[in-house]
Amino acid sequence: MSQPVATGRETVDVAVIGGGPAGLTAATHCRRTGAERVVVLDREREPGGIPRHAQHQGFGVRDLHRILSGPDYAARVAERAAASGADLRTQAQVTGWAEDGALQVTAPGGRSVIDARAVVLATGCRERPRSARLVPGSRPQGVMTTGMLQQFVYLGGESPGRRAVIVGAEHVSFSALLTLAHGGARAVALVTDQPTHQTFPAFRAAAAIRYRTPLLTRTAVSAIRGRPRVEAVELTHLDNGTVREVDCDLIVFTADWIPDYELAVLAGVDLDPLTRGPAVDPALRTSRPGVFAAGNLLHGAEAADVAALDGRHVAAAVARYLNGESWPASRVPVKCAPPLGWISPNALSVLSEPGLVPPRGRFLLRATARIATPRVEVTQDGRSLWTGRVRRLGPGQSARVPARWVSAVDPAGGQVTARILARD
Amino acid sequence: MSARSPSEASYDVAIVGAGDVGSAIARELSRFDLRLALIEAGPDVGAGTSKANTAILHTGFDAKPGTLEARLVARGHDLLMTYADEVGIPVERTGALLVAWDEEQLGGFGAIRENAERCGYGRVAEISMDELYRREPHLGPGARGALEIPDEHIVCPFTPPLAYATQAVLAGTDLRRSERATRLERLEAGGWLLETTRGELTAGWIVNAAGLHSDEVHRMAGHDGFKVTPRRGELIVYDKLSRPLIRHIVLPVPTATTKGVLVAPTVFGNVMLGPTAVDIDRKDDTSSTAEGLAYLRSLGGRLMPDLAEHEITAVYVGLRAATEHADYQVGAEAESRYAWAGGIRSTGLTGSLAIAEHVRDELDRAGLALRERRNGLPNVRMPNIGEAAPRPYGRDDLIAADPEYGRIVCFCERVTRGEIRDAAASPIPPTDLDGLRRRTRVLMGRCQGFFCGAHVPALLAEHTGRSPADLLEGR
Repeated sequence: MSQPVATGRETVDVAVIGGGPAGLTAATHCRRTGAERVVVLDREREPGGIPRHAQHQGFGVRDLHRILSGPDYAARVAERAAASGADLRTQAQVTGWAEDGALQVTAPGGRSVIDARAVVLATGCRERPRSARLVPGSRPQGVMTTGMLQQFVYLGGESPGRRAVIVGAEHVSFSALLTLAHGGARAVALVTDQPTHQTFPAFRAAAAIRYRTPLLTRTAVSAIRGRPRVEAVELTHLDNGTVREVDCDLIVFTADWIPDYELAVLAGVDLDPLTRGPAVDPALRTSRPGVFAAGNLLHGAEAADVAALDGRHVAAAVARYLNGESWPASRVPVKCAPPLGWISPNALSVLSEPGLVPPRGRFLLRATARIATPRVEVTQDGRSLWTGRVRRLGPGQSARVPARWVSAVDPAGGQVTARILARD
Repeated sequence: MSARSPSEASYDVAIVGAGDVGSAIARELSRFDLRLALIEAGPDVGAGTSKANTAILHTGFDAKPGTLEARLVARGHDLLMTYADEVGIPVERTGALLVAWDEEQLGGFGAIRENAERCGYGRVAEISMDELYRREPHLGPGARGALEIPDEHIVCPFTPPLAYATQAVLAGTDLRRSERATRLERLEAGGWLLETTRGELTAGWIVNAAGLHSDEVHRMAGHDGFKVTPRRGELIVYDKLSRPLIRHIVLPVPTATTKGVLVAPTVFGNVMLGPTAVDIDRKDDTSSTAEGLAYLRSLGGRLMPDLAEHEITAVYVGLRAATEHADYQVGAEAESRYAWAGGIRSTGLTGSLAIAEHVRDELDRAGLALRERRNGLPNVRMPNIGEAAPRPYGRDDLIAADPEYGRIVCFCERVTRGEIRDAAASPIPPTDLDGLRRRTRVLMGRCQGFFCGAHVPALLAEHTGRSPADLLEGR
């Protein structure tokens, strides 16, 4: 065996892991707020993250104040980061953390070790595959997530199949419908275990009218049949137990997001058990000094521009840290009670302003079931901090809780809890 | 695959079935001056029942004393340990802990130790509960006793048959994949005419290593004597982040019919739970069931409660070739020039090299002329796809020599473009995505293709000339 080459080692101010909307925007703003050496490490061949292969329109509204397609948005966000002077590296995968806290990177140019004064984790999220959802049956080809479908159709220019069943009825599920149409496949059903879809009524109407795709609510995929290619799904109605089979040669499992948290776990940062992303305070600081996290790594999918605004927000906290702000020593956890699914950020640091303001001045709240305009209360140790009505709460849609109440939190107190109030 | 003229296909020995056993037999016979065919109904070596097993190197401590299986598993274990080292098959020397969860199971320890001794395995030792929980702190509460079996190890389930078949192919064996044996006819001049789904061939000798279908091939050859009843085993593979939870193979107390549900690390860095054991009718029914998965999860919750917090990466289903007999069915008949190795159940991987030796001896006794080739077996070195040794993405020397080893394509499993290229250029290249998966680990990880599920087919398409959409057809 030949001798290993000397491992490259370099020092930077900020290493951003993940070159999607959150990471690229974080890098841009870290540069603008004075960080000298900012490097973005992305494992894909092109920067831009998920929008690279989400062809539909609607990207960039909140951050760039224009409406772009996914690929155009990805290119724009990457150009801005490059123009800011950040060093964008693709095909560079962070594989772990060295004992001394440096990042280990594999790239075509070799392996290297990067010492970063601050690290921003922006590795995003992905859809749970069929196996993680424990759908029984055969294991044929033709079962995929939206992420794979989009790349297959838009980046590969390939036809994915002819008759598809879409599992899920969130925004991304309807985006999968468009991708299927583009790839020449017909979506024969949208299937959700929820009582309704969880997207904009206009999307649902378009699916019904333009593609005549029925929405099967309160329905689960109870088995997959066929081999080597999928031939049918067995669907079970969750209320009356009716079973039926639908012929298809493609099944697209959409939504059911999970943060891509491997590097966060390897870093030893605390995860929030509800979001399954790193537990962060409103400044997007994790439990490990110098390690920040932003974007959809925190909580499963929000829109790309929301992730980008996380990136802008975290850059301010990174700048304060690089200028000597100390890392909070203790935190008050922020939790929520069922049927709420998660709240983010999910910790409050025992430090004063300005670290207390979350991105866009609000907490994000999700529920495991759809609840129409519920009243939410935030309490600490039995003391009510805030009560208010929120909109559009459900598994696929976040509600916003204004963050005004954080100044009333007792830093020496117990955990803060958000819950739904009974109907009045 | 080039179209061959079937009438010209004539062999000294045709081995039916390229699983663990058939491939090992092909390798063993490649030491001799023989024209060999290795015929596989599936699209690849090891693509049938061999691909979904518990990937454990058994010692045979729980085998039935005096059986052929007991003898061949014990010898196969030692042969495979040595061979793994030689050709680069991933093995981790974990050892196993057999745990009793109630008085009745604890009461069986004496018999288990005695059985092991009678099988010639003398290293079973009882350990204290303190020691058990010190070694496996995440084990569920309530264990009553534990035996250590220090030589049960975990092994890569995919590399062994590929290594065997690669050696055989390099030695000149004609590997014929996607070709199912459909009829056997004895020739007047001696030997056999074998009809397949792709034509016909003649062979002086037939060796039946057809696994789940070994009883059917046995009948084609005019024999009766065993019937294969597929026994379904469902397995759950947990996310790699669960790997620190466990250090050994944790075995249950075996029963008469099954070794039971175990929890063990895998050489790929996951944790595996299973298998279930249900006799079924169909030899092609590798479907998982809601009941099986629910059963495993409830059992897993007791065996190792912390597992429940981890994501599930994959569910596999394997079918064991169980028969009505309590032992392997192996033999050779001089008169018809036919040998068989059936009913290998769940120990085929461990036993494979010893089974091959045994079949060689049976053939020798039955009159097959075995003249050693001058050069012996060709050397092979298989790509390392295990976690115990550095893989290409972590090797400065490889990346410096070839940047393709620094280009990670499958992010979850950290498989590089260089490895995909190498697999495609190997003596037995993959013909489909599953074949590439078994050779490199692509698409085996937690995202199951979310990130690279389009890129990988495109890369394989470059090498195979099939379109990505065609590869996705699964044919």
